Amino acid sequence: MHEPQPETVQIHINGKSVRVATGSTVAVALTLTEQACRISVRHEERGPLCAMGICMECRVTIDGVPSRLACQTLCQPNMDVRTHG
Amino acid sequence: MSSSYDAIILGAGIVGAACALECARGGMRIAVVEGDVVGGGATAAGMGHIVIMDDSMAQLELTRYSQLLWAELAPELPEDTEYETTGTIWVAADQQEMEEVYRKQAVYGQQGIVTKVLDRPALRKMEPNLHPGLAGGLLVPSDAVLYPPCAARYLLEQAVRHDAVVVPKKAVRIGNGRVELNDGAILESQRIVNATGTAASDLTADLPMRKRKGHLVITDRAPGFVRHQLVELGYLRSAGSSTADSVAFNVQPRKTGQMLIGSSRQYDADHKEVDRSMLVRMLQRVQQYLPGIADLSVIRTWTGFRASTPDKLPLIGPYSDDPTIFLATGHEGLGITTSLATAKLLMNYFTGSRSAIPLEPYLPSRILLEAQHA
Repeated sequence: MHEPQPETVQIHINGKSVRVATGSTVAVALTLTEQACRISVRHEERGPLCAMGICMECRVTIDGVPSRLACQTLCQPNMDVRTHG
Repeated sequence: MSSSYDAIILGAGIVGAACALECARGGMRIAVVEGDVVGGGATAAGMGHIVIMDDSMAQLELTRYSQLLWAELAPELPEDTEYETTGTIWVAADQQEMEEVYRKQAVYGQQGIVTKVLDRPALRKMEPNLHPGLAGGLLVPSDAVLYPPCAARYLLEQAVRHDAVVVPKKAVRIGNGRVELNDGAILESQRIVNATGTAASDLTADLPMRKRKGHLVITDRAPGFVRHQLVELGYLRSAGSSTADSVAFNVQPRKTGQMLIGSSRQYDADHKEVDRSMLVRMLQRVQQYLPGIADLSVIRTWTGFRASTPDKLPLIGPYSDDPTIFLATGHEGLGITTSLATAKLLMNYFTGSRSAIPLEPYLPSRILLEAQHA
């Protein structure tokens, strides 16, 4: 028997608390809160495009580590996500 | 249906685009035949290092002439060409390679090219992320970097401003003053310039060229991580080897803050896919010189094919028994640099005017003659 998982998980995006369904990726959390992931070299906002770890457009800083792929990372309790890094 | 031109340039890579501009600017009626993306072949797989190289005197003359032409053109290049005079540092791993630094400085000096020898502390000051154990290097301040596909597109746009016509088709057969396109149309000219890189062999038989595959890697942005294009002194050994697969340390700071990482060389690898073993060897080589680069993220890897010749010099000028066929290919890894000089030499040949450097070392007939005497 394993513990039933809580239905939601709270993370922090740019210091602001966000609650999403357990099992959501960071890309989902960013999309729900309508936030871009980063700014391109041509100063355009970029976010999840392929959602399968190929296009590299959804890079964010997670718990201090830059260039993590939001679409390939599940939200963990109290995760710290920074965009536009 | 047929249309007639003073010259037809096959291929709108950077070499074809440069030739088109030079000829169109000289008042010739030009057609450029390109069925694919402008600058999408070897041009897109070049680092865009405008570099003086001294594998031979002929290579030194051609690259120096080209580098001066780029410096002259630089003020008019659009922003997206990302032209920047970063200079090159040829990095010496040990004292033995420092001997090569002095040799290189002497050779460059004889051509009036200013260089500066860097000892260990000087190298460390200029490029703090290089491994502290490296012996030194040679700084060539006049070398530059640019983004090749945008440079090719700009050159072609300028050619069009001088009334060149771009024909978005593929040439399937050439000869006797005629270019047959894939839709059956015929273009006519007494000067057909085959500038299609490695594909040149598909249109012109018996070219002394081999495909040489290369890999490139680009990282996320880390502005200032390196400041000059950094190349190991052993690069010429890698580039000059005519058999084995090889890798060499070659890192370029892009204007965007990204690091562009080369380089690998493989003969007879025909598939375009990334070879993981070559990629690993290349990245390991880079880490020997720049240990901290391991903390940066790779965001793209891709490959391309260089058109290499036996003597590492391009094929520029007439070829074969057909007096209407000319070549502008075989630039191997130096096509971005030498595109502008190639165009000048070709135009000088067409007009019969004196060129700034002699064309002879690059004439395709040099290799034919050698083959006859072999």
